[in-house]
Amino acid sequence: MFAIYKREMRAYFTTPAGYIFMAIFLCAAGFIFSLTTLQEQSTDVSLYFQILMIAYIVLIPLLTMRSFAEEKRNKTEQLLLTAPVSLWSLVLAKFLAAFTLFLGTVAISSLFFVTLGIYGDPNWGRVLGCTVGMILIGICFIAIGMFLSSLTENQFTAAVTTIGVLCGLVVLAMLNGILDNFVLRQILDWISIYSRYSNFTMGIFDFSSAVYYLSMCGVFLFLTVRVYEKRRFA
Amino acid sequence: MIEVSHLVKSYGTNLALDDVSFTVGEREILGLLGPNGAGKSTAMNIMTGYLSANAGTVCIDGKDILEQPGEAKKRIGFLPETPPLYGDMRVEEYLRFVYDLKQCDYNRDAHLEEICRVTRLYDARRRIIKNLSTGYRQRLGIAQALVGNPKVLVFDEPTVGLDPKQIIEVRNLIRTLGREHTVILSSHILSEVQAVCDRVVILDGGKVLCDEKTNSISRTIQQNTRIRVSICGPQKEVLEVLRAVPEVTSATATGDRERDSFSYFVESAPGTDVRKGVFFAMAQREWPVVGMEQEGYSLEDVFLKLTEGVQPGKKQKK
Repeated sequence: MFAIYKREMRAYFTTPAGYIFMAIFLCAAGFIFSLTTLQEQSTDVSLYFQILMIAYIVLIPLLTMRSFAEEKRNKTEQLLLTAPVSLWSLVLAKFLAAFTLFLGTVAISSLFFVTLGIYGDPNWGRVLGCTVGMILIGICFIAIGMFLSSLTENQFTAAVTTIGVLCGLVVLAMLNGILDNFVLRQILDWISIYSRYSNFTMGIFDFSSAVYYLSMCGVFLFLTVRVYEKRRFA
Repeated sequence: MIEVSHLVKSYGTNLALDDVSFTVGEREILGLLGPNGAGKSTAMNIMTGYLSANAGTVCIDGKDILEQPGEAKKRIGFLPETPPLYGDMRVEEYLRFVYDLKQCDYNRDAHLEEICRVTRLYDARRRIIKNLSTGYRQRLGIAQALVGNPKVLVFDEPTVGLDPKQIIEVRNLIRTLGREHTVILSSHILSEVQAVCDRVVILDGGKVLCDEKTNSISRTIQQNTRIRVSICGPQKEVLEVLRAVPEVTSATATGDRERDSFSYFVESAPGTDVRKGVFFAMAQREWPVVGMEQEGYSLEDVFLKLTEGVQPGKKQKK
């Protein structure tokens, strides 16, 4: 498993994929950050995170689109699947590699908050809560992206479908604000990835939401494993 | 060493393998022979655990590929149809990755250097894989299979896309490997299998047509003799004269012509040689014989023989 993780990490930096992800992520984050806090002369970071979350729709697919699709196209998956490695460790290794790069990029972008600390007095609890929430959402999105990447052998298709699905999740969250029907709203509230996020923005570590995100991630990784199991029999 | 029993595999309604069984002994080189679409690759993919069969089992060294996949896979080195290479890596980097992936327990650098030496990759070890030529890629694919020194080597069409010199190199390499390993290779070239393998399993349409020692197959094939002659003369009459030569069982025009000569296939009863007879018959009529050679049988002919027991067709040239 460690071998695959190492290779994945290496591949992010010997191909443009990793650099592109980091560059676009940091550009977008920097732009949003300066717009929402520096320009507004505010230390409230919740708007920054909310907009950044929308940007994830495009950013996360950059990270996950190649993970399985590329292996399939190059036929290298035959090597991985005939090696004495379990499917779970294969999927986890790839997931952890993407997660590491994601986490590293988020860590770099957290440097932005230093400027807030120097020139103002931000609510650190809220900053931390939002960051943790964003990372959890990121984990969830990465798992979704990986799952979709395992369904196709074309990176572009993988990216587009991921963007589509993530957009759908946003729309679901928006519907929640429009709908009148109480029952429907309640159901949407349960399944919506975005509405779970609100507690984090207030600086509260919402344990149930954390469990929700982690289990969503688990479900999609499980589905990815199943895709490979099923393909063996198809 | 390898026991394949009653494999059935279908892709939708398309039956790729239909009750395929064979065994391979230790240090034996087995050739899986068959035309494209015969199920060779499917069989190999199932043996190596890449695909699962609908029914049937595969045991590698006593380990079932589905029940103890880790143990069974450790014992196999697999070269798929397309070598599974990462274009962005360097040769030695890639081999180190494969070494770690297979969780081998040797002195890594010495082991990989030995493999590079055997497969003649040593000079290319610093090169980036995507810049390698087909020959090097194929050899790297073989090198990858050798990592970890597995008991069983499975090569899917190892010589496809290589130039004649490389083909000979790869065949020699496989023969050498066969002394220490159990090797299964697939091919659609009869002569290749004859040259390399101890035993041949012929697959067609997902069924095992024959499972024999290589020499006995050659004997089956050589029972009938066929020659190809080019003769200057009127086609119709030449054919008549050819058929009249003693022991000739059939004579047909190949359809090829070269300036004023036509070529013909002449078949005769097993164990006979009609070349002299043909020559003198033509000399009598003063039709010059401008070419004559013994014609080998192609894979298609073998299939026809095995499936229908009919005379070999005339479709294939050597």
